[in-house]
Amino acid sequence: MSFDRRRFNQTLAAATLGSLAPFNIARAQSGRLKVGVLLPRSGIQAGIGQDCHRVVEITNGLLRDLGLPALDIMNGDTESNVDVARSRAERLIGEGAQLLVGAFDSGQTTAIAQVAEQRGIPLVINIAAAPPITEQGYKFVFRNFATAPMILGDAFANQLEVFAATGVSPKSVVFMHVNDTFGQAMQRGFTGVMKKFTMPYTVADTIAYDPAARDLSVEVAKAKATGAEALVMVSRLNDAILITRELVKQRWNPTAVLSMGPGWYEDQYLKTLGKLGDGPISFVPWYDPNKKLAQQLQAAHQKAYPDISLNTNHVYTFEALLVAADAHKRAGSTDPKALADAIRATNITNNVSPGPGIQFDAKGQNSKLKNSAIQNRGGKLVTVAPKDAADAKPQLPMTPYDKR
Amino acid sequence: MPVEIYLNVAASGLLTGLVYGLMALGLSVIFGVVRVVNFAHGEMMTLAMYLTLVLFSALKLDPLILLVPVAAVLFVFGYLLQRGLINPFINRPEHSQFMLLVAVALVLVNVQLIVFGPDAQGIRTAYSFDSFQLGALIVDASKVYAAGAALVVAGALFAFFRWTLLGKAIRACADNYDGARVVGLDVKRLYALTFGIGSACVGAAGAMLMAVIDVTPTIGPAYTLLAFVIVITGGLGSMPGALLGGLLIGLTEALGGVLFTPSAKSMFAFGLLVLVLLFRPQGILGRKAAA
Repeated sequence: MSFDRRRFNQTLAAATLGSLAPFNIARAQSGRLKVGVLLPRSGIQAGIGQDCHRVVEITNGLLRDLGLPALDIMNGDTESNVDVARSRAERLIGEGAQLLVGAFDSGQTTAIAQVAEQRGIPLVINIAAAPPITEQGYKFVFRNFATAPMILGDAFANQLEVFAATGVSPKSVVFMHVNDTFGQAMQRGFTGVMKKFTMPYTVADTIAYDPAARDLSVEVAKAKATGAEALVMVSRLNDAILITRELVKQRWNPTAVLSMGPGWYEDQYLKTLGKLGDGPISFVPWYDPNKKLAQQLQAAHQKAYPDISLNTNHVYTFEALLVAADAHKRAGSTDPKALADAIRATNITNNVSPGPGIQFDAKGQNSKLKNSAIQNRGGKLVTVAPKDAADAKPQLPMTPYDKR
Repeated sequence: MPVEIYLNVAASGLLTGLVYGLMALGLSVIFGVVRVVNFAHGEMMTLAMYLTLVLFSALKLDPLILLVPVAAVLFVFGYLLQRGLINPFINRPEHSQFMLLVAVALVLVNVQLIVFGPDAQGIRTAYSFDSFQLGALIVDASKVYAAGAALVVAGALFAFFRWTLLGKAIRACADNYDGARVVGLDVKRLYALTFGIGSACVGAAGAMLMAVIDVTPTIGPAYTLLAFVIVITGGLGSMPGALLGGLLIGLTEALGGVLFTPSAKSMFAFGLLVLVLLFRPQGILGRKAAA
C-alpha cells in the first residue's frame, strides 16, 4: 500500500482531531456554564427585553455571594418576533450554549421550547404565562413563572383580600385585554377561573385591542359606556399609559383599576404619568419584600440602577439564572442531560418570589409560586396582598383624576 | 349603548382623520407632481415627531408652534433628498424607485432606534389631559387643536397651489411635463420643491400628532401604510381627496371599533379601501387615467 503525502496529511488530521476530541468533551463538561439568554431586546417589546437584561448584568455578583458558580452569558435578541426567536435559539446552541433562558413572551418562548426539546438543551423560562408550554410533555423545558390560570387564580384571591381590607367592592367591571398570545390566554382563563371564586362583580363587557394601538379612545369610550364601576386589565406598557390618558380625558373615574399583567406598575408608567399613575392595583408575579434574597437583589439592583425599581422582569430573570447556576453546581457538569436532571430536582428555598421556593413538578412547572397585589402610591410601589408577603395596606376607591 | 357614545367616538375619529389627512396630503402632493410614490412617508413623519420631541425638550414650546420649524426642516430634508437621491431615479422603473425609498425608510427607522432607543416617548403640554364638554359630547382638547392646525395648514397649501405663481408652475409640471419644459420651467427644481412641500406637510402632521400620540421608531411603516390607504381611498394625486380620505378612514376606524370590536378597527379601514377599489378604482375624488 502506497503512503503518499495526501494520505499522510489525512491520517495526521484524523489523528489530531481524534486526540483532541476527548479533551473538548471534558472541557465542555467541566468549565463555566454557557447560558444563552434570549430576550426581545429590539422590536415592539424592546423596552421589556432590555429591562430583563439589566438583571443579567448583575447576576454573577449575586451568585458569587450565594456560593454558586458564575455563568458565561451569551446574549440573543429575539427582535420581538417568533421566527427570529426560533433561529436565535438554534444559533446560540450552535455556538455552544449549554442551557437557555428566556424569553418574556409566550409566543417566542413556545418557539424556543420546541428548539430546546429537539436539541436536548434545557430551557429555563424566565417569563411566559401561556399554559401549553409546559403541557407538551417536554423533558428539557422548565418554567419558574406562573401560568395564566395561576396568575388569574391568585389575582381573584388577592382581589377578595383587597376588597375585604378596604371595604370597597365594585359591582360591575369591564375586562379589557391586549389581543396577543398572553392576552388571549388570560382572556380564555378569566371566565373559567372567576367561576371558582365568589366575586362581588359581574363582567359588563370584554374588550380586546391591538397591542400596537396608538389610540385607544374608542376602546375606553366603549368601556365607559357600559357604566361599569371598575376596570380589569391585561395590558402592556404603552397601552396602559394610553388607557390612563383616555380615562382622564374622557372624565371617567373608575373605583379601581385592577391589572393582571404588566404595564401599570412599570417605572416608565409611573414616570410618564406622575400623580395620574397612582391608584391602580396590579395582580402579578412579584417578589416577597420580606425575603432575605429579595432584599439582597433589591440592594444590588438599586446600586446598579438607582433610577429603576425592582420588578417582575428582574425578579424572574434573576431566578431563572439562579436555577441554572444551582443546577450546574449540583450536577457538577455542563452536560445538558445532567443539567436537566439537576433542574428537575431543584429545591431552592432561599429565593426572591413569594411562596415556598423553587421546585418543579413532573411537567417542569413551578406550581407552588404565589402572586402578589401591588399598588402604585406616590410614584412608588407597595405590596398590599397577600398579607404575609405585604408591606402596606390597600387603598380604594382610587382618588378621582380631577382631584389630584 | 347610549347615542352620545357614537357621537363622541365619531367626533374623535373625524378629528384624528383630519391630521391623518394632512399627513396623506404630503404623499398625494408628491405623487401628483413628481410621480414617485414615497415609501418612506411614515418614517419621515416619525423623524418629524422626534424633532418635535427634541425641540419641545429644549425650548418648551407648544408642538403647534413647533410645527413651523419642524415643517421647515422637513422641507429642506425633502428638497435635498429629491435633488440628491431621488432625482436620478425619476425615469427609472417603478421597482427601482420602490427599492430606493424602502431603503431610505429602513435607514431612517434604524437611525432613530440608535439615537432615541425603542421606548415610546411623548410630550406633555398644558392641555395634554384636557377635554371640552358640550352637553354629552366630550372632545379631546389635543385632538381639537391638532385638527384645527391641520385645517389651517391644508388651507394654506390649497391657497399656495391656487394663487401663487410657484404653485401654478408646480401644477403645470403635474399637468403636462413636456409643456412645462417648453415654456421654460425648471422642472427638476420644481420637482425638488414639490418633494420639499410634501415633506413639510408630513413634518407639520408629525408635530401635531406628537400632541396626540407617543412616538417609537417602529410606528413609521404603519403610518406609511395608513397614508397609502387614505390617498388611494381619496384618489391618488388629489389634494381634497387626501383630506376626505383621512376623514373617512378616521371615522370608519372609530365607528367600526365601537360597533363591532376595537381590535379589528383597522379591518374596517381596509374594508372601505376594498370597496373603493371595487367600485371607483381611481378613488373617490381621483381622476380616471387617460386611455
